[in-house]
Amino acid sequence: MQPTHSSRRILQPVRPWFILFTLLVAMTLNAVPFGRFPGFPDWAALTLAFWCVREPLKVGMLTAFTVGILMDVIDGAVMGQHALAYVLLAYFAGQLSRRVLWFGLLQQSLHILPLLLLSQVAMVITRLMAGAVFPGWWYFAGCFLAAMLWTPLNYLLLLPQFRPVERDDNRPI
Amino acid sequence: MASVAGHGPPPFFKRGPAPLARLLTLLIVCLVLLIADLRYRYLEVLRQAVSVVTYPIQMAAYGPVELARNVSTYFSSVKALTTENAELTRKQVEVAGRLLRQDGIEQENLRLRALLDMKAQQPVSGIVAEILYNTRDTFSRRVILNKGMQHGIDTGQAVVDDVGVIGQVTRSYPLQAEVTLLTDKDQAVPVQVTRNALRAVMFGAGNGQLELRFLAANADVQVGDTVVTSGLDGIFLPGLPVAKVVRIDRDSSYTFARILCQAAAGIEQHRTVLVLGNREPLPQVPQEAPVRDVPAKTKKGRR
Repeated sequence: MQPTHSSRRILQPVRPWFILFTLLVAMTLNAVPFGRFPGFPDWAALTLAFWCVREPLKVGMLTAFTVGILMDVIDGAVMGQHALAYVLLAYFAGQLSRRVLWFGLLQQSLHILPLLLLSQVAMVITRLMAGAVFPGWWYFAGCFLAAMLWTPLNYLLLLPQFRPVERDDNRPI
Repeated sequence: MASVAGHGPPPFFKRGPAPLARLLTLLIVCLVLLIADLRYRYLEVLRQAVSVVTYPIQMAAYGPVELARNVSTYFSSVKALTTENAELTRKQVEVAGRLLRQDGIEQENLRLRALLDMKAQQPVSGIVAEILYNTRDTFSRRVILNKGMQHGIDTGQAVVDDVGVIGQVTRSYPLQAEVTLLTDKDQAVPVQVTRNALRAVMFGAGNGQLELRFLAANADVQVGDTVVTSGLDGIFLPGLPVAKVVRIDRDSSYTFARILCQAAAGIEQHRTVLVLGNREPLPQVPQEAPVRDVPAKTKKGRR
């Protein structure tokens, strides 16, 4: 949790098992077979970016690497393709984390969009160098969709941390 | 001890390596993994190990899809089912006639081959499997089968449907197998044109079509030719239908003709496929005889 100038709530500290749980759910969503359309949002990347921005001391590049390796096996992609992209994403998200939380949610998603795009470009470059065919421009639609999902995801993932509203006159804040 | 702001105590002494150093280390590890997997294929064991962890995730993701599929099958109209049933009955009668004759023909073939002193053709065995879904990897064309090593499916086996070849098993997990379709850019099949037995190699063209590569610009191929497997690779049985030639661009400025083909099998449509058993290995390539110069040979011959 980080203080932001605009937040009126005080959040509870995050529980580590919840981070793990959300990452697992994101990977499961990624594994849902949707046919050949390439422009689906990368849930794992989005969730990773979220936790890297929110909890830079808990979730970092090593987590991103592990998630990346798991995604490589789930997707049947080349070993290291997702890992490389996610490690880059986690690094830049971690660098942004001090700055980005001072913005509103919409501006935050505009900060996240280039990071997601970067991770996809990294994957495309890796595969093109390995001799694959270009998957078409629709492939990049995924990161725009993911950036639009930033606002709802924010509320969803912070839900367990919202302190229950209780009147307590003895509490100073 | 968490402070009010939620940060840990300020890490004065133990901070570990700087973020940039950590990034570079992990990037180098990723690059090593990429190269080890792409160039040397060393990581299949690691992949198998990780797949034990990811299998539940994949099944959890596939569950709702399967449920939706089952529900839609349940509610599919009676009319569609009746049509399908009639079609299948017609097909079965058609095939039964051929099958009745096939036993006799096989016996005859065996006798003739014995007369000619040729090796008997290998009987075909196969495992029926079902395609679960396409892999999510957008850069390749692969599908996952619902059977794996425990059912006897092994890497390298050919996969066919009722019309022709659809691909080859490229990875086998304990309970699943990954099939690379013929339309994948890196999947190659040795083939021959039935009309004149011209040998060639078929590759995926990347857009769902197939391509005969490395044939000279004046090669004897015509639109409409059927292409079957040649069996020279020792993996695919010879004579399985692969594709039909649909377009030929002969540009004299290139060395090779560009020959596009349409796959015979419904490569990206069918759900039930047959995984053919392993072929007997081809005879060893003869050891190269020690080179002797010609005069010595002739001398030996005269003796």
